Amino acid sequence: MSVSAIHDDHHDHGPAKGLMRWVTTTNHKDIGTLYMVTSLIMFMVGGAMALVIRAELFEPGMQFVDPMFYNSMTTLHALIMVFGAVMPAFAGLANWMIPMMIGSPDMALPRLNNWSFWLLPFAVLMLMSTLFMEGGAAAAGWTLYPPLVLQTGAAFPFTIFTIHILGVSSILAAINIIVTILNMRAPGMTLMKMPLFVWTWLITAFLLIAIMPVFAGAVTMLLTDKFFGTSFFNAAGGGDPVLYQHLFWFFGHPEVYVLILPSFGIVSQIIPTFSRKRLFGYSSMVYATASIGFLSFIVWGHHQYTVGMPIEGELYFTYATMLIAVPTGVKVFNWISTMWRGAITFESPMLWAIAFVVLFTLGGFTGLMMSISPADLQYHDTYFIVAHFHYVLVSGAVFAIIGGVYYWLPKWTGRMYDERLAQLHFWLTTLSVNLCFFPQHFLGLAGMPRRIPDYALQFAEFNAWSSVGGFIFGFSQLIFCYIVIRCMRRQGEHASDEVWEGAGEHGLEFTLPSPAPYHTWETPPNVH
Amino acid sequence: MSPVPPRRSNTKVLAYIVLVVIAMFGFGFALVPLYDVFCEWTGLNGKVKTEAQAETMLRVDQSRWVSVEFVTTVNGSMPLEFRAGVNKIKVHPGEYQTVAFYGRNPTEKPLIGRAIPSIAPGWTTQFLKKSECFCFNEQRFEPHQEREMVVRFAIDPELPETVGDVSLSYTFFDISPP
Repeated sequence: MSVSAIHDDHHDHGPAKGLMRWVTTTNHKDIGTLYMVTSLIMFMVGGAMALVIRAELFEPGMQFVDPMFYNSMTTLHALIMVFGAVMPAFAGLANWMIPMMIGSPDMALPRLNNWSFWLLPFAVLMLMSTLFMEGGAAAAGWTLYPPLVLQTGAAFPFTIFTIHILGVSSILAAINIIVTILNMRAPGMTLMKMPLFVWTWLITAFLLIAIMPVFAGAVTMLLTDKFFGTSFFNAAGGGDPVLYQHLFWFFGHPEVYVLILPSFGIVSQIIPTFSRKRLFGYSSMVYATASIGFLSFIVWGHHQYTVGMPIEGELYFTYATMLIAVPTGVKVFNWISTMWRGAITFESPMLWAIAFVVLFTLGGFTGLMMSISPADLQYHDTYFIVAHFHYVLVSGAVFAIIGGVYYWLPKWTGRMYDERLAQLHFWLTTLSVNLCFFPQHFLGLAGMPRRIPDYALQFAEFNAWSSVGGFIFGFSQLIFCYIVIRCMRRQGEHASDEVWEGAGEHGLEFTLPSPAPYHTWETPPNVH
Repeated sequence: MSPVPPRRSNTKVLAYIVLVVIAMFGFGFALVPLYDVFCEWTGLNGKVKTEAQAETMLRVDQSRWVSVEFVTTVNGSMPLEFRAGVNKIKVHPGEYQTVAFYGRNPTEKPLIGRAIPSIAPGWTTQFLKKSECFCFNEQRFEPHQEREMVVRFAIDPELPETVGDVSLSYTFFDISPP
């Protein structure tokens, strides 16, 4: 077949019509949109669960829900936010942006891509359905520690299978991303020319394929312990519940980097554009990301300081954990150096990126405090850790995602979002997030444990502040939904092809028309 | 223009990655025996050997005392009444002692249990020599039966001087068929 014949076969290539377009699509932009929309819906669902928690904690005493349901809320809130909101949002951004950034016409394995998305809604629906099962949803915390989690009622196998399916979904997405990045780059797009978002996702994808199978194995052992009489974690049969904690955190610690590395990538795209400078220290950023990825595998024990560990183990995990602050510090200093003497403007994406740098660093510092094993004895399982991981995951990962959405939304939809509303959204969110989570540091230091629906009177005031902040934060996200839906319905000013002044120099995606056509880079770009 | 052909076959890269995924799934399961080996080797977690060690003549260190405390627990809702005959004894390192424990089944049904031993501090497990223990076997209690069960042990005289106290703990798990 000649080249022209191939061309003729393909000339009519808009999206298919109707609902089936979304079911059968193999287009990276469609699948990216599906991921992003699912993620936004799950963000609101998980957020509603957080508001149940904050409503119950507004005052001491039992107000609205019984303790079992409260614990189900903390468990499902975490599982949904991690696996249903943040990870799909990153997968969506990867689908949309990676082919456009590396000059590839699509993902390498488009049918697999469709499948990896469509596993997701069914998995989260199954997880939600456990709320209505006899005995209630899993309530042992997202870590699913045995023996407590084995007391879950009818929901138990469904929770485990949900995790299996979510795991398969993210492994498939990771595989696709690795193959795309390794094989589909435009000529001239060498590895060290790739945008940092692509780099961070490449490393994230390697983390995912290394850890998700271990987690799948660990929860399978829980399943066989409960139903098939094995004794992996059952002391009576010679097993050890602490083994589960090792398996879980061998997955769980790299997992938290899965949730943050793509954020680093997004912020590294935004900051240079609005500083009108090149990213400072590009190659050190790449090496720092790779070091963080490597170190994440050898520090899991810092989640288990209080479980019983010899002094040598505590020392090793303390020092290894502190070591992570070095590459992370390199990144933070590089972002600051990028802004240094730049011609900075403060459009919404830049505001989110700057807030990310400040607030993520704060969360990193509390992480450093907890890496010190003797000090961690005080912080373990208190609200201090709740404050820590919400600073790195909400004002870290979520802020970067929202910033990324504002940054690329005009490219996706061809419409500029409403800047005034977006600024309102930013300030309401940033102030309320701090009102919500900052007091939790004090609560934790004063000894308030996590995962309890009631608390001693002396914690009342800070909890009330925190709840007020939580509710403002939650409802502010409706502004975000409104802004996004408006752009998706093609309302608002037209965006230029470059979208942001000079953005064409910072990424191939801004050399394409806005909105980006259904097929891009069918002819690979010239990368120099 | 036709797309530039990929530099290498997608299927090949895909196959490599799928191999990594399968290997990591296996690695998760391999960690189970590795963990046991590691615990035994380091004495972590206070996992005590569940096999008897033959009694050998140990050098008895008359110059020092180690106090050994006994902790008894019944796991979950097992109805067994379980206690140690004494809460605490003082021993010279190297001398063998026998301690009695008592279990009583207050119910109308037979109970089968298994006691899981542990020691604190965990790393001292390597200095504990047990020649006999009820934790080495399943224990069956007929309805309303009360039985004495024994542990015979010595503390190795190599136990560092800094350790003056150890605790032996036994937790009974219900393994009666339902």
